[in-house]
Amino acid sequence: MTHGPEPDAAEAEAIWKSFGSTKALQDVSVSVRPGECHALVGRNGAGKSTLVAILTGLLRPDRGTVRMYGEPAPGLGDRGAWQKRVACVYQRSMVIPSLSVGENIFLNRAEGSLVRWRELRRQARGLVLEWGFDLDVDQPAAELSVEQKQIVEIARALGIGARFLILDEPTASLESRAIERLFERLRRVKASGVAILYISHHLEEIYEICDRATVLRDGRQIVSAPVEELDHERLVAAMVGGELARTMRDHPAVATEAGDVRLRVRSLSAQTPLGPVENVSFTVRSGESVGLFGLRGSGAATIADAIVGLAKPSAGTIETDGGVGYVPEDRHSRGFVPTLGVEENLTLSVLGRLSRFGLISGARRRATAEAMTARLQIVASGGGQLLSELSGGNQQKVVVGRALVAEPSVLVVLSPTVGVDVASKEALLGVVDRARVDGAAVLLVSDDLDELRICTRVLVVRRGTVVRELLEPPWDRLELISAAEGLEAA
Amino acid sequence: MTDAAIEHVELVRRPVKRVLLGSVRELALVPAIAVLFVVGIFTSPAFFTTSNFSNTAQFSAALGMVVVAESIILLTGSFDLSLQSVYGLAPMIGAWLIVGKDAQGLGTKWNPAFGILVVVGIGAAVGLFNGFMIVKLKFNAFIFTLAMLILLAGLQQGIVSGRTIYEMPPSFIYLGGAYWGGFPVSAWVTSAVFLAAGLFMRYHRTGRAIYAIGGNLEAARAAGIKVDRIRIGVFTVAGMLAAIAGLMIAGQVVAVTANQGNNLIFTVFAAAVIGGIALEGGRGRMIGAFTGVVLLGLVNNVLVLRNTSTFWIDAANGAIILIALGLARVVALVRT
Repeated sequence: MTHGPEPDAAEAEAIWKSFGSTKALQDVSVSVRPGECHALVGRNGAGKSTLVAILTGLLRPDRGTVRMYGEPAPGLGDRGAWQKRVACVYQRSMVIPSLSVGENIFLNRAEGSLVRWRELRRQARGLVLEWGFDLDVDQPAAELSVEQKQIVEIARALGIGARFLILDEPTASLESRAIERLFERLRRVKASGVAILYISHHLEEIYEICDRATVLRDGRQIVSAPVEELDHERLVAAMVGGELARTMRDHPAVATEAGDVRLRVRSLSAQTPLGPVENVSFTVRSGESVGLFGLRGSGAATIADAIVGLAKPSAGTIETDGGVGYVPEDRHSRGFVPTLGVEENLTLSVLGRLSRFGLISGARRRATAEAMTARLQIVASGGGQLLSELSGGNQQKVVVGRALVAEPSVLVVLSPTVGVDVASKEALLGVVDRARVDGAAVLLVSDDLDELRICTRVLVVRRGTVVRELLEPPWDRLELISAAEGLEAA
Repeated sequence: MTDAAIEHVELVRRPVKRVLLGSVRELALVPAIAVLFVVGIFTSPAFFTTSNFSNTAQFSAALGMVVVAESIILLTGSFDLSLQSVYGLAPMIGAWLIVGKDAQGLGTKWNPAFGILVVVGIGAAVGLFNGFMIVKLKFNAFIFTLAMLILLAGLQQGIVSGRTIYEMPPSFIYLGGAYWGGFPVSAWVTSAVFLAAGLFMRYHRTGRAIYAIGGNLEAARAAGIKVDRIRIGVFTVAGMLAAIAGLMIAGQVVAVTANQGNNLIFTVFAAAVIGGIALEGGRGRMIGAFTGVVLLGLVNNVLVLRNTSTFWIDAANGAIILIALGLARVVALVRT
């Protein structure tokens, strides 16, 4: 990367920003060069969102300046000027399902008051071809996959002429092959001189796609350096402040004495949108954590849904010894009730135990919830705080807590740490591991290799069948991925 | 990309299958309308006559106008129940200001042209108020417009003590009573409004913005669309359309009753929804809403020609609406 006379695509210099007494950003300086991918890393609440809001013109800094391509940033109200300079692809989709792909790309871009459809479709097609995106501009956006919707948003930004992209957790809901394709696209976009600010919790992605990284912690800039100069250890230490970095990483799950069989799946077959499953059999014993590793659509999630009763098997049997606790993958739609408090969410599944003649005992419910809050180190202002007000990591802790509160003998957990920060991830995995040590039979469905380190056994699922069983940690990443992708090592 | 490069992009025609699939929602009612035509022809020799179609069109014109109004609000992802009260109250006040005391007027005897301006102005004012309260002050659309419905209907009753205003000047009833080329003016006007609204929603950037707002409000805002202004504007225009529709019906019956507009809103929603306008916003087209109005008009016409007892017409209407909704659901399932 040559650093010629060309000005930085974006340059935030000595930014300060407070909300009331909270200092969200203190003297933060970040620059992104044309053609550079710059990682912005930090735990939830580190100040990343505030910095993004300032770089996209949604917030005005208390002190400090923002320059774009050498010019002072436009005024806060001038949305049009901001849009020409910077575009942010957020985690929540900004694609409008009822409109076509082409119209989504050129949303609100008509010159004059009438929309010229032929011209719009032609330009959309031209843009898609120019960047090599695999999109049909006439397709209704409602039919697109998550990956394709993301491409639409990137195309929209490039179509406006923005040459500075901010990607907020772009891989959070993509399966690994889609992530590969995203990286390919980003490399192409980078090569044409577009600057990228890349926000991610997945540190390995940063090494793969980014040139430099900036770590924020508690609103301060801890480090900014080329990624080659930041090893894994140093990056994690910068994020969490050193104290939490090595709790689990160096202590993979230790197999305790496996007990009785708690979950027995025999010749299970099922068809769901999550991927069909054909003739799958396995058991999980008390004190075991079995990982089900598979790509999206492999059927691993279908197996979990069948065990917890959300999918109907077309053949086979599932026997469980005792209750089943369930941590769903999509915590927003299945995991919690955002309009209820921490206490009620934690105890939703055990209301029967806490009540007599249908009347809930407030004291017993509070005691149960408080015990769980302490055990999971949930950070909330109190049992009444609404889930919608909590951070993603704490929401997920509540979801896990709700699964554990009934003391299930089988715990089915799907990708429990998607989209949570590093410290919360360690805490969540620790809790799941703790439940196993206490005697639960754990089934962990995941495509995140890092989550699998708490497993005592791993089954690889591909196209609806178990293709590989690994018994001895540590897991060989290459072996896992090649088995899951069907690329057997020669 | 340079313009020269764009020149070389060949434009692939949209596949016919996709164009048809995209319109299935809108055309779902066409077979039902065809069936009704056949039923009508076998029901009565009076069905397939110009005068019958003319009457049916006149009967549906005012409803159609309110359906256009409600549809554009629905497309933004909101709704307004009080349109039916605007439909009653606006012409009521207009008439009240221009007729004499002996005809239940206030006695001010204003110029009728001024009265018509008042009618449209009231529609705009109520729409603007509803829009402001819902969009800016974030009142729930259901409960707020329900309260407005009750309030405005009460005003309509109150100012004439429940009586009917009649003996209105010819210019005031022209829209609802006159004919152009053997067809009622109201039918011409409503058809023109449907066409204009359809073209506007398809080709005008504000029309497309309305779809974007209804489809994903945050995304629309992020794309620089002036979301609040457009939403409030849509409420205002809808209020004006509902007021003009009220003027139409007043001209047809040559009177404004204290109950004008009662229960209208249910039929309005029914026509829009069976015509494919999604209640959750962002989806549906004016042509679909138009077929919804035509279907309901024909159903009523056939029932009347069959001499169905008026006491059964509502039940039959409800059943037809349910069947149409069922059809629409089936169509939606087939599409996916």
